[in-house]
Amino acid sequence: MKIAVCLKQVPDTEAEIKWDIPSGTLKRDGMDSITNPFDEFALEEALLTRENYDGEIVAISMGPDKAADVLRNALALTANSVQQLSDPSFAGSDTYATAYVLAQAIKKIGDVDVVFAGKQSTDGNTGVVAAELAALLGWSQLTYVAKVRSIDAGGKKIVVERAIEGGNEVVEAKLPAVVSVIKGINEPRLPNLMGIRKAAKVEIPKWNAGDLGVDAGKVGAAGSCTKVVEIAVPPPRGAGEILKGEIEDIANMLTDKLIDLKVIK
Amino acid sequence: MANDVWVYIEHKDGAVTPMSFELLGIGKTLADGFGSSVCGFVVGEKADDIAKEAFAYGASKVYAVEGAEYKGFRADAYSKAATSLLDKHKPAVALFRATSQGTDVAAASAALLGFGLCTDTLGLAVDGGKMKMTRAAFGGNYTVSVVNEKAVPQIATVRPKAFAMPAKDESKSGEVVKEAFSVAEADLNTKVLEFIQSATAVNLVEADIIVTGGRGVGNEEGFTLIKELADMLGGAVGASRAAVDSGWIPYEHQVGQTGKTVKPKIYIACGVSGAIQHLAGMRTSDCIVAINKDPDAPIFKAATFGIVGDYKQVVPKIIEKFKGKLGR
Repeated sequence: MKIAVCLKQVPDTEAEIKWDIPSGTLKRDGMDSITNPFDEFALEEALLTRENYDGEIVAISMGPDKAADVLRNALALTANSVQQLSDPSFAGSDTYATAYVLAQAIKKIGDVDVVFAGKQSTDGNTGVVAAELAALLGWSQLTYVAKVRSIDAGGKKIVVERAIEGGNEVVEAKLPAVVSVIKGINEPRLPNLMGIRKAAKVEIPKWNAGDLGVDAGKVGAAGSCTKVVEIAVPPPRGAGEILKGEIEDIANMLTDKLIDLKVIK
Repeated sequence: MANDVWVYIEHKDGAVTPMSFELLGIGKTLADGFGSSVCGFVVGEKADDIAKEAFAYGASKVYAVEGAEYKGFRADAYSKAATSLLDKHKPAVALFRATSQGTDVAAASAALLGFGLCTDTLGLAVDGGKMKMTRAAFGGNYTVSVVNEKAVPQIATVRPKAFAMPAKDESKSGEVVKEAFSVAEADLNTKVLEFIQSATAVNLVEADIIVTGGRGVGNEEGFTLIKELADMLGGAVGASRAAVDSGWIPYEHQVGQTGKTVKPKIYIACGVSGAIQHLAGMRTSDCIVAINKDPDAPIFKAATFGIVGDYKQVVPKIIEKFKGKLGR
C-alpha cells in the first residue's frame, strides 16, 4: 500500500502571534514552529496503517525552506520518504491553490492508495484543504475521521468512522481516498534519538513549480482568487464585571442577569 | 439570476431543523445590498417540503436537485449536484453553515468550480459590488477580511449562530426550480453503512448554552456538577483541553483551538484558566461567565461576568438559585 501524508508547519500554538498589519505578513522572527498538531495524528495514522497492512509512507509538506523541519521529524518517525513542495511562487496561496499544488504532488508520487491529512491547521484554521484535495483528485472525500476500521488495498476499499454532529457515521469508500483525521484517533508517538540523528543528516528533496507541472497563474498570492483586503485586531470585549460579595448574593445576581438575557427556556 | 444570494439548506435524510434556515436572514441582508433576491438551494431525495419551509424563512426561490441517490448525505454526490446548480445559475454568493456537511459540500463545490472559499465566517457585508467576508485568524487575535475577486459565486461557510435567525412567516410562498442532475451509483465513491448515535448527544456547535469544565474541575467526578448545571439550563457540556487530556471527559466535548469553535449565547466556564487556545474556541460567545479561584486567570479578561471562587461552592449555589427562580 502506498500511503501519503500531508504535513504543515505552523507557529507554535504557545507562541504569541505578531502580525505586521500594514504588510499583512507574519512576524516570524524568533517564533518557534511546529508540525500542525492535527497533522501529527495523520502521520501516526499512516504509521499504524503501515504496521497493520504493510506499505510505504511518503510525507509531503508545502512551505518555505524552514518547513523542511517537519519532514525531518517525519523521517525520524520512520516515514519511508519525504518531499518538500517549495517555490517562491507558492507564497500566499489560498486553500484552492494549496490543494492544487498538493494534488499535483500526489499525482507525481503516483499509485497512492490513501492520503492522510489533519482536520485543519492551527494557524489558518480553514479546515477545507483535504476536502478540496479529494475533489480535485476525484477521490473519496473522508473528513472528520475518528477511526479507520479497515483498509483493503487489493479490494480498493476503506471503512472509516466520521465524527459528525450527534454521532459517528460509518462510511465505506473506494480507494484511493483522502482521509482527514481528528484529534483522539490515536496517540502520536515521539521519535527516538537514533531516528532524530539519522534524519538530521538527510538532505530534504524538493519539488518546485516546474517539477510539479504547476500552472503559475493558479498559485501564490497572485494566482489565488481569495484576496485579503483587511487585517485588524478585533475590538476588545467590553470590560467585564466581577461580581463581588457573599456567595449567596453573587449567585443571586448572576442568575438574575442570565435570566434577563431571555436565552434560558 | 445573476447577483442573487444563495443559501444551502442542510438536512439529514430529508429532516430539517430551524437552524437549517439560519442563513436566510443574513442572506436577505446581503441580497438587499446587491439589489437582488435570497434563494435557497437543496440537494435531496425530495425537496418540496424543505422548500416550503425555506419560503417561510424568507427564500424567494428554491433551486433543487432531486434523486434517489441523494437520500442520505454523501459528500461527492451532494457536491456534484450543488456544483451543477451553482455553475448553471451563477449566483453572486453561496452561503453554507460551517457544519460538517456544509463544510464538506462548500469545499468540494468550490474546488470543482476552480476557486477557494472563506470558511467559518463571522462577518459578511456587501462592499463595492462584492461580498466582504470577515473571519477570525490566529486564535481570534486578529480578524481577516477577504474578497474572492474572480469567483462566481463567492462561497463562504458561516459560523453557526454568527447571525440572527430570520423570522418565520408560514404565509409566504415562492417558486421551486428543479434541475435534473443524476449521478450513477457506480460513479459514487462512498456508501454510509450505519450511524452510531453518540451516547451523550453532544452538539456543542448548535447549543445556545454551554457549561464548560477545565483543569480546575479536578477530576472526572467534578463534571457531574458541570453536567447538572448544563442539564438544568438545557445546555451542553464543554471541556478544556486540559480536562480532555486528563481523561475526565471525551474529546467530543473539547472547546478550543484543537477542539470545537463555538458561539453560544451563554458560555459558563468553570475552573477554566483561559489559555489563548481555549479562548480561540469560545471568545465570540455572546455572554461569558467565568468562575475561577485565581483572580489573575486570563479567562476574566474575556468574561462578561466573573466570579472569583471555587466552582465547587459557587456552582451548587447557582443551581439552587436557578431552581428557585425557574421553578425547576
